[in-house]
Amino acid sequence: MLIVIVPMFVALPLVLWRYRRGGKGTYRPDWEFNWGLELLIWGVPVALVVALGTALWRQTILGDPYRALGPDPLVVEVVSLDWKFLFLYPEQGVATLDLLALPEDRPVTLKLTSGTVMQSFIIPRLAGQIYAMAGMQTQLNLIADEAGDFVGRNTQYNGLGFATQSFTTRVLSPDDFERWVETTKAQGTALDAAGYAGLLPPSVVSEPVLYGQFTPGLFDQVMAGFAPGMFHRGTNHTDMSERHGAAGMAAAPAPHQGHDHTPEAAQ
Amino acid sequence: MNWELIFGQIKWTSFVFAGMIENPSLSEAIASGAGSIAVLGALATVVLLTVKGWWVPLWRDWLTSIDHKKVGIMYIAIALVMFARAVIEAALMRAQQLSATDSGGFLSADHFGQLFSTHGTIMIFFVAMPFITGLMNYVMPLQIGARDVSFPLLNAISLMLTMAGAILIMVSLVVGQFSTGGWSAYPPFTGIEFSPGEGVDYWIWAVSLGSIGSTLTGLNFAVTIYKKRCPGMTLFRMPLFTWTTLCTSILMIFAMAPLTAATAMLALDRYAGFHFFTNGDGGNMMNYANLFWLFGHPEVYILILPAFGVWSEVVATFSSKRIYGYTSLVYATMCIAVLSFAVWLHHFFTMGQSANVNAMFGIATMVIGVPTGVKVYDWLLTMVGGRIRFTTPMLFHINFLLTFILGGMTGVLLANPGIDFQVHNTLFLVAHFHNMIIPGVLFGMFAAVQFWFPKMFGFRLHEGLGRASFWCFAPGFLLAFFPLYWLGLMGATRRTYMWTDPDYLPWLALAMAGAALILAGFALMVAQIVVSVRQRAQLAAPLGDPWDGRALEWSIPSPPPEWNFAVLPQVTARDAFYEAKKAGTAYRSPAAYADIEVPRNTATAPLIGLFACAWAFGLVWHIWWLVVVSFVLIWAVVIARSFQTDTEETVPAATVKAANEAFLAAARATPGVSREREMTSDNRGRALPEGLEGRAGPASPGAAVEVLP
Amino acid sequence: MSLSERLHPGLNLAGTDPESHVAAEEVLFGFWIFLMSDLVLFAVLFATYAAMSVQGIAEGPGPAQVFDLTAAFLETLLLLLSSFAFGFAMLEMKYRESRRGVLAWLLVTGVLGAAFVGMELHDYYVMITQHAAPPQASGFLSAYYLLTGTHALHVSSGLVWMAIMAIQVTVIGLNTPVKLRLMRLALFWHMLDVVWIGIFTFVYLFGVAS
Repeated sequence: MLIVIVPMFVALPLVLWRYRRGGKGTYRPDWEFNWGLELLIWGVPVALVVALGTALWRQTILGDPYRALGPDPLVVEVVSLDWKFLFLYPEQGVATLDLLALPEDRPVTLKLTSGTVMQSFIIPRLAGQIYAMAGMQTQLNLIADEAGDFVGRNTQYNGLGFATQSFTTRVLSPDDFERWVETTKAQGTALDAAGYAGLLPPSVVSEPVLYGQFTPGLFDQVMAGFAPGMFHRGTNHTDMSERHGAAGMAAAPAPHQGHDHTPEAAQ
Repeated sequence: MNWELIFGQIKWTSFVFAGMIENPSLSEAIASGAGSIAVLGALATVVLLTVKGWWVPLWRDWLTSIDHKKVGIMYIAIALVMFARAVIEAALMRAQQLSATDSGGFLSADHFGQLFSTHGTIMIFFVAMPFITGLMNYVMPLQIGARDVSFPLLNAISLMLTMAGAILIMVSLVVGQFSTGGWSAYPPFTGIEFSPGEGVDYWIWAVSLGSIGSTLTGLNFAVTIYKKRCPGMTLFRMPLFTWTTLCTSILMIFAMAPLTAATAMLALDRYAGFHFFTNGDGGNMMNYANLFWLFGHPEVYILILPAFGVWSEVVATFSSKRIYGYTSLVYATMCIAVLSFAVWLHHFFTMGQSANVNAMFGIATMVIGVPTGVKVYDWLLTMVGGRIRFTTPMLFHINFLLTFILGGMTGVLLANPGIDFQVHNTLFLVAHFHNMIIPGVLFGMFAAVQFWFPKMFGFRLHEGLGRASFWCFAPGFLLAFFPLYWLGLMGATRRTYMWTDPDYLPWLALAMAGAALILAGFALMVAQIVVSVRQRAQLAAPLGDPWDGRALEWSIPSPPPEWNFAVLPQVTARDAFYEAKKAGTAYRSPAAYADIEVPRNTATAPLIGLFACAWAFGLVWHIWWLVVVSFVLIWAVVIARSFQTDTEETVPAATVKAANEAFLAAARATPGVSREREMTSDNRGRALPEGLEGRAGPASPGAAVEVLP
Repeated sequence: MSLSERLHPGLNLAGTDPESHVAAEEVLFGFWIFLMSDLVLFAVLFATYAAMSVQGIAEGPGPAQVFDLTAAFLETLLLLLSSFAFGFAMLEMKYRESRRGVLAWLLVTGVLGAAFVGMELHDYYVMITQHAAPPQASGFLSAYYLLTGTHALHVSSGLVWMAIMAIQVTVIGLNTPVKLRLMRLALFWHMLDVVWIGIFTFVYLFGVAS
């Protein structure tokens, strides 16, 4: 890209100096065209766009957030709320609020929906953004290759608590992750439909909340709450590509993704 | 007594001052202060108009006028007033973010939300749009040798609808709250469930009024350019500003409808319980995103294309040279206009569509970079072989070339979905679009004001103060926005009223300093106008051609008479006036004069604007009687107008002749001024063309202009 | 300057009224462009309907359950006939310059148009009362009412316009401005036909077939 930019920064001062009023440049008031220059100023950007465009296509396919990054991914269901995130671990049967614990080096598939307005979910150090929208499901695949705490947040303005809507992503070694799951299970609090309803009023969570268990299928219920008719129709649409097709029709009212990826099925 | 029937949902607590009384805080004090400024400003205007006895002239010469020149100037006046508000809001937001690192800052989160929403809405719909529309209004008919636009009354109605929208936004400073949904007002957040109250309704109706006004403007200008060009003015002889006006008009015709549809649907959701964009019941906000950006992306080009036109005029005039690659520039403009409809999805790469769709739109976005790059180099090559004068507009142009190309580079980066996933919704994006719009559109308009001001008012602007304001604006912009790129990469999200990361602080401080410089630049610009008005005798250039201009608008007096051209010009080449000067045929008397029909002034447009404003206000506050009454009145005015038959008056040929011959005689008698003396009081608007100084004796009065049958 | 017989698409006044013919060029061209931007609006509403009628049904009834094809067909006939009648009004204006002829055909057009709007309102009434299908029921119905409602609003404002033109023809007579207004109203009215054909096909026929 510098091919386009540098010539301007070099040539402009030279031209300004040479052709300033009183400068040395020859005054040619009627000069208005030159085929060689014309080919150059159209040709170079066209060639550049062809090159960059090809690269862009490849990168975009490779960097598709829906592309699975390996076998046996850890599935985490994410529900964005005002002004916090609920994380459900169907495989482990635990849930958290504003804490995303992940094992190191294992592919992760995040399935996102919203219990409220549209939000944009990002963990800058681990993955890019994807919107979470009510009644619909989007997906984000990532692998964390380094243990540690990373900040994740919502970037789409959603009201007064927006500025503070962030959460910790804690990447743990596989053993630590197992231990974390066990400790969390031992916490004993359970998240059911009523508990979920209690999370709906807007609030900011200062400390992460851990749930030892949650009602299975909660994620589907959250989506179904917004698109009940959709949820029963077309139960066979399990192919990802079919759902994430047309422009702006992200995972168009996603039919029961969860059912195909029960912990048993995923193992 | 049911007060709600009369006042709708307005209560005494709706007034901004009530917040200060009930819940005093700095944030409320600032809101009340802004409300007071709006009220006091309006009062001061009323007092001034009364004391000076200007009510009648204001009504008779301006508000009821449907002359495209006056309409254009009124548009620009709206833009400057609204700019003052929105730029102060920007500085407030920066100050808040800077002060909020270890405390909450001085603004409440809600107040901050309103600020970024009004800032964006105003800057796009009530600064940039009226600015470009006003300029196109003023300049385009003069450039094509026309006496007015095709539909002058419609033009005035567009203006008054835009003004109604602007007034509505100003009213929201005093009565009630504004939306916190940003300028793009994404549902479901802006739906009634999550944003009850009047805020979003203010946004909906202000934007709708502006949008309808712009649709009508686009239609009007496109017809004008197709049908009202003077004899000999083929499409490929049109000045480039007119070309960009044409492309922008076409974009307006196509792009405003999706916005009108989107705001109408959002309104139906909010007022009548429809389910277009709601959560659940079959609503889907993704449709809003598509509709909004189907308007929103062409809108970017609606704004930038006229600025491109300005740059083309400026660079050719101040290089005293033909534009390089005219045809190339025309085709590049058309490419941009067409491609602008093929890229809207890049505003939401993150919505979960397939990688193929994202890649497609990413590449389309990059492709727009090609014609834009071509234009930038065409301007550079225009300077080659010229004699460049570093006037204020030219300084803005040089600054534009350097900064715009950097903004273009970040645009190509953002076109890559992989990068967009990281920086979407961060300050990187904010920096990018400000980088395109400020040096491109806003500075383009400032340059245009410096350039065409002598045409509009008959005297030049003070050059020294103009340069001073440039030297505040240009570095101010760099300081205010380049740190934002970095902050965005560090993860700072947009629309955020506070951060806790101390690493942001130095960058925020730099940005704040930049904002302060921009404010200083604006203050200097206002000072420049005030000083120039005071010194108008020294700065006068009534003979119309202070810059050795090239297109037809420079061939007539400044300010031009109501009828623009005493006799419609006959054009045989591009840069028609420059060629006439070169051939020694400029300022010749026409063989004969004819009567000219000009439209009479009418109260139609201001009445429609007034009732439209009342209608929108009624809708915002659910004052249904007002909605019904004002709606009926709007159409009553339209119908009444259709029964009027006596809508034009005739200027007799003798009057035209007397005025025009006086001008021509003065022009011929005045010795031309060379470019060295351009900025001195010698410059009365009669130019000695660059390079032809030796040949320019007094022009001969022989007839060269053909009279049309 | 030699004048083309046809300065703009549609009915031209060359031959019968050269003065109005020249005046028509700019005005009619402008109105064609207005119609184009109006059609962009309808295109957007169609696109919205296309998405919502599939994905926005939610718990509400689907297209096949609420549409009455017979009524829609009759409405189509009424609107097309009204356009046909307007054609006669324009021919009266062009060749006979007959106020009474124009007024009579405008009356026929207006009655047919009003009948169309009346039938459509009746459709709405039936949908709301018998099928529990008000616009608030689902995204699909919101889009349906917006699309057909925008069309109905256009037809209604066309009727108001027509009434005013009837007054102008009576009071002012067939002078150039009145003729040009009638020509624009005619274009407007025919465009609404085209839009309705689209609605009948894509909303009603497709909806009942699906």
